[in-house]
Amino acid sequence: MPLMASIITVSGLTKSYASGFQALKGVDLEIEEGEIFALLGPNGAGKTTMISIICGNVRPSGGSVTVAGHDIVRDYRGARSAIGLVPQELHTDAFERVIDTVSFSRGLFGKGRNDAHIEKILRDLSLWDKRHNKILELSGGMKRRVMIAKALSHEPRVLFLDEPTAGVDVELRRDMWKLIAELRQTGVTIILTTHYIEEAEEMADRVGVINKGELILVEEKTALMRKLGKKTLTIVLSEPLSSVPFELAEWGVSLKADGHEMEYVFDTQAERTGVSSLLRKLGDLRIGYKDLNTEQSSLEDIFVSLVHQERAA
Amino acid sequence: MSGFNYRAIQSIYAFELHRFRRTLLTGLLVPVITTSLYFVVFGGAIGSRMTEIDGIPYGAFIVPGLIMMSMFTESIFNASFGIYMPKFTGTIYELLSAPVSAAETVIAYVGAAATKSLIVGAIIFATAHLFVDLPVAHPFAMVAFMVLIAVSFCLFGFILGIWAQSFEQLQVIPLLLIMPMTFLGGAFYSIHMLAEPWRTITLFNPIVYLISGFRWTFFGQGDVGIEFSLLFAGAMLAVCLGVIAWMFRTGYRLKK
Ligand SMILES: Nc1ncnc2c1ncn2[C@@H]1O[C@H](COP(=O)(O)OP(=O)(O)OP(=O)(O)O)[C@@H](O)[C@H]1O
Ligand SMILES: [Mg+2]
Repeated sequence: MPLMASIITVSGLTKSYASGFQALKGVDLEIEEGEIFALLGPNGAGKTTMISIICGNVRPSGGSVTVAGHDIVRDYRGARSAIGLVPQELHTDAFERVIDTVSFSRGLFGKGRNDAHIEKILRDLSLWDKRHNKILELSGGMKRRVMIAKALSHEPRVLFLDEPTAGVDVELRRDMWKLIAELRQTGVTIILTTHYIEEAEEMADRVGVINKGELILVEEKTALMRKLGKKTLTIVLSEPLSSVPFELAEWGVSLKADGHEMEYVFDTQAERTGVSSLLRKLGDLRIGYKDLNTEQSSLEDIFVSLVHQERAA
Repeated sequence: MSGFNYRAIQSIYAFELHRFRRTLLTGLLVPVITTSLYFVVFGGAIGSRMTEIDGIPYGAFIVPGLIMMSMFTESIFNASFGIYMPKFTGTIYELLSAPVSAAETVIAYVGAAATKSLIVGAIIFATAHLFVDLPVAHPFAMVAFMVLIAVSFCLFGFILGIWAQSFEQLQVIPLLLIMPMTFLGGAFYSIHMLAEPWRTITLFNPIVYLISGFRWTFFGQGDVGIEFSLLFAGAMLAVCLGVIAWMFRTGYRLKK
């Protein structure tokens, strides 16, 4: 008996598209029941390919996947019954009414009619007032919510959200995070993909990083954030400096742009970031500055450093 | 979950019929008007010069061909569109990710399209009664034959819808293949009226056997024996089922 109950087991999964392109190069992954798992990776990493295989939209080339104990090929009914999928792209039947399309999904998954459940989902997603509207009359954000409602209509144990917040405004993104947190309370396992570290940070229990078809790391979020949570503070100086004053040695700052800018790299997860003490010190030394700017290391930077770490290890 | 997902069939079937209802008026008016036009042109203008074929009044003679022709095009059009549209809009993702078997998918889509084409066939049959006396020698066989044709051509349309990658491809087969074959297949004349070698050449057109068989259910006689008609209709059904089974097994143009 495994310690943790895995709801999804991916072993040695590979995919080569008809073009010959290898989108997945042997992925192994265990998803635990009830967790929120964020799959991070740049464009073209293979996130959608992996989700599509698990859900039945793309055929695997090699390896195997089980969902809730059911093999996705041999026992596709069992596997798919447990899954709700919200794909990356918005695909809707423009002329259908919201409530009809959501009820349709429930039937498609073999579940009997349950008006109370459909009503609850539509209310939770703030779609109840729009239930008699045709989908073409809805905004993009509402359409995405309709797709979530469809995925939840048949009470899945696992929900896949492929970039749920792509092209979504800040408010809806907050709503989405809230919704995902609530779903998790009901015991649904959630797997989402994103390009944004802060999104993974906000929601996930565990994070997987995929790049060029390879899962290069899977970790608890907190551990990962320690690794990834580096930021660079750029201080635009009023007067250029020719060298770093020795008083600033303990911060390890460096000069950029011919001494017009000072850079300080700090750890966002640390007890003390050192930012305020650095700024105080600059004041003491009467070094003036015009502007401040912090930047999170980009995903690409992180991949580069992760891949380097892997090679070194 | 195991066993048969009859609820999925119900849902898809209802969805498809709902789609037809959105265009109900044109969907039903078109066959009535087309039939009437055919009677005016063929029955009225030509029929006045050509009173009988094989002892059957010309007006009545063309009815089975007319019903078959409309059912061919309706079946192919509705079934191909039914599966092509989700492919085109991307909503097919849901079907592919649902616990639905190939058989259930086909039953639902083809069942819905066949239902519509049978309704159209029935409307033409009823409309024809306004213009001519129409005896039916074998009513039960007539209905059975209509069902067989509707299902076979809907299966064919379903294949077309999966195969097609553009709207143009969707239309090219019905317009460039089925339509001419129907006109040349004795929809409006008896192949006995053709001179050799055309008569023999025509016998290579499978549509001839289908129209002839349907005509037999009305008048008890056709261009070819009813057993040949049933053979061809059955063969078409079997071939289509085989192709569809292969398509689903390989994921042909449905799954990457
Ligand atoms: N049908 C296809 N045929 C050939 N190559 C494909 C096909 N679909 C995807 N690919 C390729 O496979 C790779 C992985 O694509 P995938 O959509 O899985 O990436 P992703 O991680 O979801 O990217 P994004 O963040 O942009 O959504 C890409 O290089 C893509 O070009
Ligand atoms: Mg993607």
